[in-house]
Amino acid sequence: MSLVLERRSERSVAIALASPLLAITLTLLTLAIVFAALGKNPATALAVYFITPLTDGYSLQEIAVKASPLVMIAVGLALCYRANAWNIGAEGQLLIGAIAGSGLAVVTHGTNPGPWLLPAMLLAGALAGAGYALIPALCKVRFGASEILISLMLVYVAGLLLDYLVRGPWRDPAGFNFPTTAEFDPAATLPLLIGGSRVHAGLILTLIAVAAAAVLLGRTLKGFEIRVVGTAPRAARFAGFNGDRLVLTTFAISGALAGLAGIIEVAGPIGHLQPDISPGYGFTAIIVAFLGRLNPLGILASGLFLALTFIGGEQAQIALKLPQDMTGVIQGILLFYVLACDSLILYRVRWGGPQGKALHGPR
Amino acid sequence: MDLVEAILLSIVTASTPLLLAASGELIAERAGVLNLGVEGMMLIGAVCGFAGAWTTGSTAIGALCGIVAGIALAALFAAAAIGLAINQVAAGLALTILGTGLAGLIGAPLVGESITAAPHLSLPWFTDLPLIGKLLFGQDTLVYLSIGLIAAIAYVLARTRTGLILRAVGDDPASAHALGYNVAAIRTLAVLFGGGCAGLAGAYLTLAYTPFYAPGMTAGRGWIALALVVFASWRPGRLVAGAALFGAVSILQLHAQAFGLGVPSQLMSALPYLATVPVLVLISRVRRGGSVAPAALGTAFVPER
Repeated sequence: MSLVLERRSERSVAIALASPLLAITLTLLTLAIVFAALGKNPATALAVYFITPLTDGYSLQEIAVKASPLVMIAVGLALCYRANAWNIGAEGQLLIGAIAGSGLAVVTHGTNPGPWLLPAMLLAGALAGAGYALIPALCKVRFGASEILISLMLVYVAGLLLDYLVRGPWRDPAGFNFPTTAEFDPAATLPLLIGGSRVHAGLILTLIAVAAAAVLLGRTLKGFEIRVVGTAPRAARFAGFNGDRLVLTTFAISGALAGLAGIIEVAGPIGHLQPDISPGYGFTAIIVAFLGRLNPLGILASGLFLALTFIGGEQAQIALKLPQDMTGVIQGILLFYVLACDSLILYRVRWGGPQGKALHGPR
Repeated sequence: MDLVEAILLSIVTASTPLLLAASGELIAERAGVLNLGVEGMMLIGAVCGFAGAWTTGSTAIGALCGIVAGIALAALFAAAAIGLAINQVAAGLALTILGTGLAGLIGAPLVGESITAAPHLSLPWFTDLPLIGKLLFGQDTLVYLSIGLIAAIAYVLARTRTGLILRAVGDDPASAHALGYNVAAIRTLAVLFGGGCAGLAGAYLTLAYTPFYAPGMTAGRGWIALALVVFASWRPGRLVAGAALFGAVSILQLHAQAFGLGVPSQLMSALPYLATVPVLVLISRVRRGGSVAPAALGTAFVPER
């Protein structure tokens, strides 16, 4: 006798709605234990991570700034995952987007090029991200190679390319040997939405991406195709939907959004290219996508929550002397609970002996 | 001659963590479970192995700590991916994110500390043989262990009943279940074995490869180990060849510097990752006639009444 899973005859709607909240509650309980084990007062520590950042205007702005790339990338990933295409390399696509867009800023530095520069940078970032994402997608479609592994390997390649550029050819000669490009000209910088803050125009692009994805998924034939190919591949084949083309499309879209998020980060909050431009946005966005139930509006909410863990992590470094890695622990635990709670939508857990048949394909 | 020997020796050292991690993942995948958490398990193995050896001064206890830490993380993955039938890709990523974070947390006070590296075998006369002496008789214990491990895996998979059951669970869990085998239990054991191997692979980095701990020191070796399993078409023999090949590619950067080639160091560092892409493509092309992967790889199995 052991714990066994029993498939529910229909999806539990109550659990489907409560699942993300349950996951967050379980995460908080687990974290309380972890903090206690680290010798910190659990109540104080949880407050530093999840409440203090909500209490002042500066932190709230920072949450919006951090949530922007997370939501933008996660929206694209959700399209991929819904179509059963596993793009795990958004971090690399982000870096390549940042590199491509920054290239324009570096080349035109000091030449006062005019208002076309910023749109061109954003476009270059999106195109580069899409192109980079198409490498694993093409390898999968043409040769059946694992898109998971290839997209991941390309993360390291992009990171090293960025490192090479900012330490080598693109390094600011007046930068005291720091590995960074020169500060971007005003024409190459995203305008701020609120003067004196860091809230930039990229937030609007993120909201547009959320709205566009919601319409695409909910209101168009392409969105229907994505949902069918993901949930019922056999039915999709009978319907004449081309699964391969959908892998390419969803990878291209998610790569474009990741690349766009990358160039927005560089042309917005950071202002120049440097070796570390992302605290793992591309990977955290995977959690955002799942916590948001692969639904654009849900992703908007979960992106804000994950941004909170980043800001909380920064504050905990100062207030609690906890290393920044604690944020990764929180995010990992959260993803586990999100997935576990989702499992309860499909299955009931009970005691009993096993018997039965296989369940095919990843859910 | 000395240079050739030095290159060969460093290839062995660079290949060993890849071989260890990939051996464990090979067993898990043969049982039908794709665990993408290898990188996380290796990192936690690296930091716990270092912590163990740093506290006790014993390489053996360090290695043991690495193994236990890897198994502990793998148990979490098994509970999620096998116990709750969670999507294996997502659960594996969660494991890597969590493992990376935990390793950073545990390792923060250990950065900058150092230990004595694992001792190397030294046999009178044998180790002093020119060229092959140090290569065959002068490695550290873990190198011999990794070779013994992969030999044992090859034997068990091909020649024993245990291997047959393991392969059955990975190829056709429904039939294995119908024959009365406990699919979940067998898969869990395979995943735990994989975790122990990944933990030991990580510990090898801190105990033998470099006698210190640095954050993120696995540097993607866990992912390369995953690619190696595909490269090896899930066969132990090819795994040894693959590990040697990737080990060679990854030490190329050190020797390229020594030769004074005018190539950016970042390009050399990117080589193992760049090489993986065409390798994965070629392997997939070659086996186009029919997949050689375990048939149920990556799929959840939930017995139904």
